[in-house]
Amino acid sequence: MSESKHILRVENLRKSFGENLVLKDVSFTMDKGETKVIIGPSGTGKSTLLTCINQLVKPDSGKIYLKDINVTQAENMNRIRQRIGFVFQDFGLFNHLTAMRNVMIGPIKVQKMSKEDAKNLAYEELKRVGLLEHADKYPAQLSGGQKQRVGIARALAMQPELILFDEPTSALDPELIGEVLAVMKDLAENRMTMLIVTHEMGFARTVSDEIIFMEGGVIVEQGSPEKLFKNPQHKRTGEFLFKLTELYGEGDR
Amino acid sequence: MLNNIVEIVVNHWPSFLEGVGVTLLMALISMSLGTFLGTILAFLKVYSNKFVVAIVSGFIEIIRGTPMLVQIFIFYFGLPVYGIRMTAFGACILGFIINSTAYQAEYTRGAIQSIEQNQMTAARSLGMTRNQSIFSVILPQTIKRAIPAWTNEFIYLLKYTSLAYIVGAEELMEKAKVIASRNFLFFEVYIIVAVIYLILVLVITWLLQKLEKKLEIPGMETVR
Repeated sequence: MSESKHILRVENLRKSFGENLVLKDVSFTMDKGETKVIIGPSGTGKSTLLTCINQLVKPDSGKIYLKDINVTQAENMNRIRQRIGFVFQDFGLFNHLTAMRNVMIGPIKVQKMSKEDAKNLAYEELKRVGLLEHADKYPAQLSGGQKQRVGIARALAMQPELILFDEPTSALDPELIGEVLAVMKDLAENRMTMLIVTHEMGFARTVSDEIIFMEGGVIVEQGSPEKLFKNPQHKRTGEFLFKLTELYGEGDR
Repeated sequence: MLNNIVEIVVNHWPSFLEGVGVTLLMALISMSLGTFLGTILAFLKVYSNKFVVAIVSGFIEIIRGTPMLVQIFIFYFGLPVYGIRMTAFGACILGFIINSTAYQAEYTRGAIQSIEQNQMTAARSLGMTRNQSIFSVILPQTIKRAIPAWTNEFIYLLKYTSLAYIVGAEELMEKAKVIASRNFLFFEVYIIVAVIYLILVLVITWLLQKLEKKLEIPGMETVR
């Protein structure tokens, strides 16, 4: 079975924390250049799913393939993690380093890139997220939106094949959300492969190729935004999307 | 009284100076080794397996739970019974180092645990190994946060070196005792000693404050 055209293939993933079964048999695939958005009520295992993919959390069973490699049985997880970018809700920036150094540290420490090359690379990535003039600032001197854009630049600098976004705008003031979504939209247009957990319906609707609706640890429904918004197969999908749209607006940010 | 103080200083300054030298030597050796070993123990306590944590914790509790003077007496008077002999200087230094290590391990552990966990997670997500993450992300921030506690420890330690005179190590207090009993000017001699300790403490405090300032992260300064 050669399915290596998929960049990511998740099969029957299960994970429980103690008594609490968080993921029950989750399966889906992602192709190169796709943007998929995962939505669903809190506590349904969306973040757990992302952290399982790069093994920050170990799943109980199931398989995860990055191209042809079974991630769950990888000998050197560090080598695989550098191919999967991760953008955190709370940024996770290194507080003692400038924006520039935050972006440089991965290529230098993990890919053994020279300082000079890493600096040029960080320069490019910061330019891409529109933060060149803030390159020498420390995280505490940046706004939330700027911090998150540094987070994205830091992930990009590793030249990942896939980037996972875990509610990247949930910790931001409303007026700072737009600048982060704009960067993500730009990445989507440049065919970066992205898997995004978010409540931003406008973004999901206009940017994603597919929406995955999760509840209670299972994928209830997945399909194109058009299909899910206009003609959901499950009652719950319709209810949830209606609620979110009511809350966040239809938005065309 | 002032005349006596001046006279003592004029007549005995080489002796005081020698004492200060030994005091500083003891303090500096135990400060630096205590900081180094304490930092290692702190990281072991946070990031090691249960077995190592139990050993480290046991060491720390034993050392912190017993008077330093008792430990020094065990090294100096007790161990020779079993054929292990050391000089007064050696026994004292050993006592100072293990105490400083134990206390600083706990201060530093607090500093490590005050650093947001998500930075470690982020470092791992980039593909950095655990050791790389500890050395490049956690350690630099730990040191910065531990300095105020270290400053306290260094001040205590410098003053505690005066305990060494009890077993006859030739440090400042021992020299002072000799000078005072020879001249019968206890008040004046110990005033001089107090002033010397005060000056040494102020210098240490000043140096560490400068270091703290230097390591301050822009945007995270204390609001005044």
